[in-house]
Amino acid sequence: MPSLLSFSPQGIYCEQAGVHIDPWKGVDRAVITHAHSDHARAGSKHYLAHPTTKHLMHARIGADLDIETLWPGQVGTINGVKFSLHPAGHIPGSMQVRVEYKGEVWVASGDYKRQHDGISEPFEPVKCHTFITECTFGLPIYSWQEPSVVFNEINTWWRKNAANGLCSVISAYSLGKAQRVMKGVDRSIGPILVHGAVANMNGVLENCGVKLPTWEPITADTPREHFRNALVITPGSAIGTPWTNKMKPYSSAMASGWMQLRGWRRRGNLDKGFVLSDHADWPALLQAVNETGAERIIATHGYTDVFSQYLRSVGFDATAESTEFGSEDGSEQRADIPDSTRSVDPPDRPMPTEE
Amino acid sequence: MKREALLFDELDATTSTNAKVDALARYFAEADDVDKLWVIALLSGRRPKRPVTSTQLRKWATELGGIPEWLFEASYHVVGDFAETVSHLSRLTEPMDKSLTQWVRYVEDLCACDEEQKQKRVKAAWSGLEGMELFVFNKIITGGFRIGVSQKIMVKGLSKATSVDEDVLAHRLMGDWDPHTTNYSQLILEENSADNDSRPYPFYLAYPIEGPEGTAAGALVNDVEALGDPNEWQAEHKWDGIRGQLIVRNGGLYVWSRGEELVTDKYPEFEPLREALPNGTVLDGEILAWKDGAPLPFAEMQKRIGRKTVGKKLLADVPVILMAYDILEHEGRDIRQQPMEARRRSLEEVVSNAAHPVLTLSPVLSLANWQELVDHREAARVTSVEGIMLKRKSSTYEVGRKRGDWWKWKVDPLSIDAVLTFSMQGHGRRADLYTDHTFGLWQNGELVTFAKAYSGLTDEEMKQVDTFVKKNTVERFGPVRKVAPQLVFEIAFEGISFSTRHKSGVAVRFPRIARWRHDKSIEDANTLDDLKAMIR
Repeated sequence: MPSLLSFSPQGIYCEQAGVHIDPWKGVDRAVITHAHSDHARAGSKHYLAHPTTKHLMHARIGADLDIETLWPGQVGTINGVKFSLHPAGHIPGSMQVRVEYKGEVWVASGDYKRQHDGISEPFEPVKCHTFITECTFGLPIYSWQEPSVVFNEINTWWRKNAANGLCSVISAYSLGKAQRVMKGVDRSIGPILVHGAVANMNGVLENCGVKLPTWEPITADTPREHFRNALVITPGSAIGTPWTNKMKPYSSAMASGWMQLRGWRRRGNLDKGFVLSDHADWPALLQAVNETGAERIIATHGYTDVFSQYLRSVGFDATAESTEFGSEDGSEQRADIPDSTRSVDPPDRPMPTEE
Repeated sequence: MKREALLFDELDATTSTNAKVDALARYFAEADDVDKLWVIALLSGRRPKRPVTSTQLRKWATELGGIPEWLFEASYHVVGDFAETVSHLSRLTEPMDKSLTQWVRYVEDLCACDEEQKQKRVKAAWSGLEGMELFVFNKIITGGFRIGVSQKIMVKGLSKATSVDEDVLAHRLMGDWDPHTTNYSQLILEENSADNDSRPYPFYLAYPIEGPEGTAAGALVNDVEALGDPNEWQAEHKWDGIRGQLIVRNGGLYVWSRGEELVTDKYPEFEPLREALPNGTVLDGEILAWKDGAPLPFAEMQKRIGRKTVGKKLLADVPVILMAYDILEHEGRDIRQQPMEARRRSLEEVVSNAAHPVLTLSPVLSLANWQELVDHREAARVTSVEGIMLKRKSSTYEVGRKRGDWWKWKVDPLSIDAVLTFSMQGHGRRADLYTDHTFGLWQNGELVTFAKAYSGLTDEEMKQVDTFVKKNTVERFGPVRKVAPQLVFEIAFEGISFSTRHKSGVAVRFPRIARWRHDKSIEDANTLDDLKAMIR
């Protein structure tokens, strides 16, 4: 008997039901964990997703997509296979997919985090036999501080900038991270202004019932003086382009798990790096693996080799599978690092001993 | 150590030299003198003796993090920095509050401890610090304090805070001073002469005359013509050895390399000059492996550079000389502000009076017109020199790399098209990116490794190659990945010679990526025989 879920050239596949999970190529039927572009892709005939994800997909991919919805815990049955969605805590609408057939249970995690962000339904461990887990930050060097500590750092930076007449420009992924930052900062410091890409996502999420603090889209008419004590939230790719000219003088920052590493912080060429991730850190990954009660673990999306090797060393039946969810190091955040071609550091040269 | 942690955070947070200088200036204006001295020492490469081995540190770090050793290694390869890796694996449990100087002493005191005590104390520090403070502690204990601040930037900051001239400070910071036996005001603020005997002058470095790679040298004659009247200039060979400063003062002889390292013991040939040169002489020149009136290949010189002590055989096989081209101190007087013409006359006199075979005068090349300079450069590869030096006759001896009076014009590099075969993650700013590449050339239908190169790509290209490596890994050997042979790069290098130590049988010098040959497929890459044909 083929295993309940397998890895096909299109994605994670349930043969019995003819359903793919987060396929990276067009298929007949796709279940989508969340609306980030490396998980929710165009080209499939029928989709199944959480209602919030449905609205986000319509806004991001196309209004004509055929998307059925399931609420968390609700069960949909296809050819005897039971599908249900369970909160993953990654971004609003993000879900793990539970698949059950003849008593055998698999869970595909999608992306997840265990910290509460105030906008996503918190992660819920689901008992299963086989757990397909992401491991974007699957190394023991990744261990997050409490979000309140990080938001204190962000507030301190913003407050200091505001006092010195500097605009605060923070790079955050437009869906999820941007709203998490808006929700977490101290709004008494100044106004929150957002890039068009963030504004679009804010609109959709507010329609889905996500409560956000007051925000204002940046347009060609936004007056310069408006930026002085503002927090600007934008995808990183806009920083350093003519779009940010109006905000000068400004201090730039990025909120991402990758900011834990000094090399990443310096490569990003921004003034500040805040370690704020929507993925599980090492302890949270291990806790999730343990709480599912699964005997078999399949690591995808991240440091898969290392993470699965570690799990084997502590007694799990663990393997690594390659997927096309971002690059192996999570290209979602990597793409958000602005091009550092504007770096003032010359590329390193070998140090000749001459002269 | 809170103030230092803030300083390093500020230095880390910016790529602007001005911002770094300002952060340093603020620090030097505010901090405690004792701690300032240690910051200066650490940023200029002076550090306490290393009390523990990296094997010990690795073991303790894995114990503290509760992880197996292989997982520590895997983490290290992602972080790219040992001190930082350990910082990410430990957790603050019992805070410890000490000044930088106290932490340095803490590390130094470990030397006298037995292994168990060492372990206990290091682990206590790891549980007692966090963030940048922990990183700084780990940098102190592992040695190697490279954090993106050059000595030059540090001196600028110091100068801004103290209003002492940069040149003066650079000179005061050179030499053999020890933070244990001096203090901040003695070293930085006071005029002193007592232990100045060994102290070298900062080197004056030439600016490169650059042309697009691969252009015929003659095409650049217009560029050099912009320098004006050839009569105002002096041309010399650009020797291919190591830059050195030879000092004779009060009965002592000191030899410094440009890396600001005292290398007197490595080159015993110069000992006779202690007597042969007059008291108060400082010469600038090139230390060259030299035999039968001609330079030996740089690969030979390399044997001497790497050796702390030299045996009889090596001394006989690879003897060195000083090819002198400038004099900075004459009869005890600093003459750097005299015009080069005058210094040259003093130099010729000193070299001729010394009359010793280990001291040679770098000849002046004829320069009636600019075409002649171009011809000298064309001939350079044949005469085993790196190119041409061009110095304005009226130039004073400056500090560091300055544009205007001293130029170097290297011969065009050699280059060859090779295939990317292996890749490894980089360090520092390149951590977690595959940036350290190995390249192969064809031989009998196989790619034979011939060089490694780390630099030459733009940041954007670097990312693209990184993505390629991750998607096209064929095999993994620890941190190294074998990749599918698909990408062709032009590799430039300075020198080439036969070698028994390299699998290819050929050693190249300063290999770097000249450009990504998107236009070439791997079949178009060169063969090993093509490379060998470049050896004269």
